[in-house]
Amino acid sequence: MSVIGTRMPRKEDPRLLRGRGRFGDDISAPGQLWARIVRSPSAHGQVRGLDVTEAAKAPGITTIITANDLPPGLVIPVRLAVGSADLSPYLQPVLAAEMVRYVGEPLAVVVGEDPYACEDAAELVDIDVADLPPVIDAVGADASEHTAAELTLGYGDTDAAFARARHVVSIELAIGRHTGVPLEPRCLLAVPGPENPDLGELDIFGMTKVPVFNRDLLAGMLGLDEALIHVHAIDAGGGFGIRGEFYPEDFLIPWLAIRLGRPVKWTEDRAEHLMAANHSRQQYHRITAAFDDGGRIAGLRDDIIHDNGAYCRTHGVAVPELTVAMLPGPYRIPAYRGRVRVVLTNKTPCGTYRAPGRFEGTSAREHLLDVAATQLGIDPIQLRERNLLTKDDMPHHRHITTLGTDLVLDTGDYPALLAAAVKEAERLGYRTQAHLISPGDAAGRKPRGFGLAMFVEKSGLGPQETADVTVSNSGAVHVFSGGTSVGQGIETVLAQIAADALGVDPRVVRVVAGDTAAQPFGAGSWASRSTVVGGTAVHQAATAVRERAVRLAARMLEAAEEDLEVRDGSIGVRGDPKARVTLAAVARAAEPAGGYLAEGEPAGLSARRRFEVARMTYPYGVHAAVVEVDAGTGRVRVLRYLVAYEVGRAINPMLVEGQLIGGVAQGIGGALFEEFSYDDAGQPQAISFIEYRMPTAAEIPPVDVLLAQDAPSPGNPLGVMGAGEGGVNAVGAAVANAVRDALGLAGGIGRLPLTPARVRALADRALADRALADRALADRREGAA
Amino acid sequence: MKDMHAITLRVNGRDHDLVVEARRTLADMLRHDLGYTGTHLGCEHGICGACTVILNDAPVRACLVFGVQADGAEVRTVEGLAHGEQLSDLQQSFSDHHALQCGFCTPGFLMLTEAYFADTDTAALTEEQVRELVAANLCRCTGYQGIVEAVLATARARGDAKDLSS
Repeated sequence: MSVIGTRMPRKEDPRLLRGRGRFGDDISAPGQLWARIVRSPSAHGQVRGLDVTEAAKAPGITTIITANDLPPGLVIPVRLAVGSADLSPYLQPVLAAEMVRYVGEPLAVVVGEDPYACEDAAELVDIDVADLPPVIDAVGADASEHTAAELTLGYGDTDAAFARARHVVSIELAIGRHTGVPLEPRCLLAVPGPENPDLGELDIFGMTKVPVFNRDLLAGMLGLDEALIHVHAIDAGGGFGIRGEFYPEDFLIPWLAIRLGRPVKWTEDRAEHLMAANHSRQQYHRITAAFDDGGRIAGLRDDIIHDNGAYCRTHGVAVPELTVAMLPGPYRIPAYRGRVRVVLTNKTPCGTYRAPGRFEGTSAREHLLDVAATQLGIDPIQLRERNLLTKDDMPHHRHITTLGTDLVLDTGDYPALLAAAVKEAERLGYRTQAHLISPGDAAGRKPRGFGLAMFVEKSGLGPQETADVTVSNSGAVHVFSGGTSVGQGIETVLAQIAADALGVDPRVVRVVAGDTAAQPFGAGSWASRSTVVGGTAVHQAATAVRERAVRLAARMLEAAEEDLEVRDGSIGVRGDPKARVTLAAVARAAEPAGGYLAEGEPAGLSARRRFEVARMTYPYGVHAAVVEVDAGTGRVRVLRYLVAYEVGRAINPMLVEGQLIGGVAQGIGGALFEEFSYDDAGQPQAISFIEYRMPTAAEIPPVDVLLAQDAPSPGNPLGVMGAGEGGVNAVGAAVANAVRDALGLAGGIGRLPLTPARVRALADRALADRALADRALADRREGAA
Repeated sequence: MKDMHAITLRVNGRDHDLVVEARRTLADMLRHDLGYTGTHLGCEHGICGACTVILNDAPVRACLVFGVQADGAEVRTVEGLAHGEQLSDLQQSFSDHHALQCGFCTPGFLMLTEAYFADTDTAALTEEQVRELVAANLCRCTGYQGIVEAVLATARARGDAKDLSS
């Protein structure tokens, strides 16, 4: 039986449970110095002076650097370039020189013997900024002055579709600014080589997600050969998009280590993280759909303002592009136009957060559908059924490109998954529960509601991934992957894939993920790509090793290759239990002096394979929620939550469920609690976990998962689709729809997250809506009488 | 002039003598002076609970306690939970129930739970009580479901074991 598809316990668990993980700040180097970043206290202003004299005299301080000490013109470039907009004027300098544009922008670095001393000295740096008026509200900002880029995607004649339409339904929806906030803060340790610092030999601990890309970028910025920089694989305390992008600190710390000839370590504190690492999500949608007589969508338009904060960072305008590219979701939409204007504000710059652009777009589209269902007098589930693409439509070309790939919905049966999800929600009593009156609430002050949302995800972004697989003399299998371990269980999944291809016990497989010396061609772990693209590369490399092992075993056993079978870590002649060699013996035979190599044949039982793929693969899902709203306090409780999700094939269902459930919790955070707000002066109001409210176990209900494996991806030999982002994608939408249902709102909820104050205002509006409807009804009756 | 203090403490049964600055946190002392890096710092302001250790039988946020306050004390950290190479029942239960992903918050949840179990009738614990307990700490990966299940399963198993032995 194949180990693929089993709920194998994770290989990562024992070390993490014993406190033996190796996270960034756990690693130290002899003689290391510590760094502390001095950050702008002002949201917008001209730097008149930056006096480090007093700070430099503080005890234990080695050096303090400002922009004047750096090579001129250093900026953080775009990693994921999309579209044609020139973003070069909006890139972030490594250290601000003349202008500061958000609170938290790096201005200087203090380096010293002890982190406490560095923090003290950083307080002594005298920062003189002449404040300028900050731009806080992207919607109200002068478009001609603050727009960084505009993108429009779409197809078909939307004007004609809207002109002909029987019904036109429109809502506005604001998505709150929030982000991944992994529990481990960012940290980085850079250790210069012992030989000759001029060579720039450098060991780095703490880069993750895209270590090879970051290594190459750093090499270019430092003017070094990239092969001299070794980024080590370590544990990372959560990724979620935010961790591992190239930030100013990713240049500053290695540059200081080389310049000082000593290891330099930097660990941010939580306040820094919340104001300096990428924010995400903040958008304002004005979305409109045109329907025909039968409730079929004739056209869809969305006009979006994307608040990108103060600069364009490594993702450039990829998130706004993804928003409009993925917005049509799983529906048949004859004409579509999505337009997004990227506005720069004096807030923390933005990047990706798990399901970037989809959480936002799904929220807008699915909430619009519920409002449309009310206005058209159709059940919201029926309205979706009428508009879904079907199995016969697959593959469906959207005639849109995103991230440089054609958007082709490759496989699936959307109506079948919707039907399965509805059936499962019924079976679990969701609808009944949604219409029960809360215990002890005869007055109806705690209405309940049911909400559903459907979505298409994207996964397996290429264009390629490389893997090396080697069998050592003990028979152990070593996998060197370009992915990185960010908590998703990549070591376990890749071990299962390699074990399956090689016919070995996954316990003998050791996976190294994200070490640039062990895998110099890795493209990293992001965009739900590791299992799809990285996993396929491992499958191919392990299959190649198996083929080579069979060739060598044939020589050893003096048998024909076609008579051999591979199982349980050995290769033998079918039907002859004595004629058998272990994989370990084959590995020894492949040594330079092993005695079985042909002339000129390279030694070693290993293979490197590169998997290349032109398009992404598109998993899809349904979310359903039951909520209870306290109309008095405005508190929303999520009582039940269901995710139905198609993954093609689950390598390890336990891990897929874990990804989905964890995603739901983050989604509930973004739907109800988490928000980076700013005051009028541009001061961030959420710089601790007291104000930035991540959900605890008390806010997250048990999540029901319906894992479907009915539509294997045609794009890779394993048939897999990514699972990293399907849990968070539609939570904003499902919760918004459930709250709207509970309150009986005529229109939309207007803004996420649904904080108590906003919910109370909505409850008041719902009362007014009802009073208005009652009066209209009474008037009609009177008129009739 | 640093305000230094000589202290002694016992960590996971091992005695340590050291000199620490008065303002140094217990978490930094454990991690950087004594090498117990399994205690993690997620917020340094007492909310996330990743740094939870057991100080004289009580769970504490090691980021909110000064190292000098542990003078003469007995401290238990995550490194002290396993029996040699054998994971403890709670650790094993976390793995069985997929109660960890990145594993950064895990030591805090383990120590919080062990401290709570030490003076609780675990056999009678309800899911609601377990949720309330683990709501003390933050996890960003799991959605808490595996954590609740793992803690509940261990509570039941320990409760059963106690019943059998009594």
